[in-house]
Amino acid sequence: MPNDDKRAAIAANRMRYEALRAEGQGAAVRALPPLTPIDQLLAQDAIIHREIVPGGWYWTVTVARGQGLRIVNRRGSSSVSMIAWNATDRSERINCADTVKVQWSAALRKGRLILTDMGRVAWSITEDTSGAHDALAGGSTAASNRTTHGEGPYRNTRDNFVAAAAKLGLDRRDIPPCITFFAPVGVSADGSFSWDEGKRRAGDFVDLRAEQNLVVALSNCPHPLDPATAYAPAPVEIILYRAEPARLDDPCRTASVEAKRAFEFTDRVFLK
Amino acid sequence: MNAPAHGSVGGARKLDPAKAIYDQTVAAESPWSHVIKRGQTLRIVDVESQQAVDALFYNAHDHAERYSTQDTLRVQRAAYLSAGTELVSSEGRTMARIVADTCGRHDTSAGCCSCESNAVRFGEATKYQHACRENFIAELGRHGMTKRDIVSNINFFMNVPIDASGNFTVVDGVSEPGGYIDIVADMDVLCVLSNCPQINNPCNGFDPTPIRVLIWDAPTD
Repeated sequence: MPNDDKRAAIAANRMRYEALRAEGQGAAVRALPPLTPIDQLLAQDAIIHREIVPGGWYWTVTVARGQGLRIVNRRGSSSVSMIAWNATDRSERINCADTVKVQWSAALRKGRLILTDMGRVAWSITEDTSGAHDALAGGSTAASNRTTHGEGPYRNTRDNFVAAAAKLGLDRRDIPPCITFFAPVGVSADGSFSWDEGKRRAGDFVDLRAEQNLVVALSNCPHPLDPATAYAPAPVEIILYRAEPARLDDPCRTASVEAKRAFEFTDRVFLK
Repeated sequence: MNAPAHGSVGGARKLDPAKAIYDQTVAAESPWSHVIKRGQTLRIVDVESQQAVDALFYNAHDHAERYSTQDTLRVQRAAYLSAGTELVSSEGRTMARIVADTCGRHDTSAGCCSCESNAVRFGEATKYQHACRENFIAELGRHGMTKRDIVSNINFFMNVPIDASGNFTVVDGVSEPGGYIDIVADMDVLCVLSNCPQINNPCNGFDPTPIRVLIWDAPTD
């Protein structure tokens, strides 16, 4: 049995945990910014590059700290899966588990962060019209395509990521779980996954601001929980643009004590 | 294929510990690894209760094929693991399956604790506490692997409900003393465990304890 000192330490740790939980699932949620209007335009002179990724295909891009990446669901039927690695040390990469655990929420949306395995920020979600993104169920595979669409020459996210990784000097060992945008996956009380198609609209977009220099793989394939049985992935538009860096009062930075610490640990890498 | 009994306790089995080919206690906060051959049964016992056990699985003959959280959840279309769950690899193959479970719910979305994530979650003073990722790095190193081989793991006996709003919370474990999970290997797998050292959240009742690991050969007719 624990002695008195240990019991006191356990009680103190539990109290801190419950206080962080109350804050993280209470005040921090209420302080999140509202979703972005779907007609909000990017300033034309900020745009560096515009890429149209055909349905079923992937794209790799380097995004510097402070740059933004807008992903546009032009037809409303697309889902876009993403993995990002630290451009200078590719053993550091996005970590879905830490992203949802640290923020006390699997509901990624505007105002949230995507974290790496090193306790640092990869992306801030600075704009977001849908708030319908998935960090739990992953992308499509050859097997999931067969289950959903039957036999056919259907491209999938797993094979896309293997190819994308190869073009970044990486291999299968470097592919972690991914995040998929425009994938309205929910978890029911019994644990089963649900899909809420009403949360996708033509023209939905999400803006990601890189908080460190990243190499990025994006896959434009139907999400494996998307109930549509016809394999008909539409093109998506990806826009790389010049963004404002995260200031001290940036809502993504100030969203929670955890967010502030993650930003502080990230900024340290870049102090000169 | 039987339907998975998610969220339920199931598959009680009569395996005699005296006939196990391997029976070892893993001290609190320590790593462990062993190859489980196809057909063998791995049992992990939560000896004192409420002890999270972080687990990774690799194809013993090709470590680039490894347990995949997202493939496993996608195949069963549900967020928690229990009796009936197939553990699916990054190549879409069933590596092993959970055949018995006295606890009823295990997590695979919350990952392992690390010095770095602890610092973000609980403050920088916790950065120099032992963590599962330290265990994984050490144990994977014995098999020629590095940090890049660490993917999202299974957290046996760890209770992480996800509610309709997306709230994602590590809460008190529900495993009883002596509770166990039985996993049968569908291929030769390297199983790597970290008996979780976390003291900052309820996954170990804030007080890490030992576990017991047993392996049985496939039954002969």
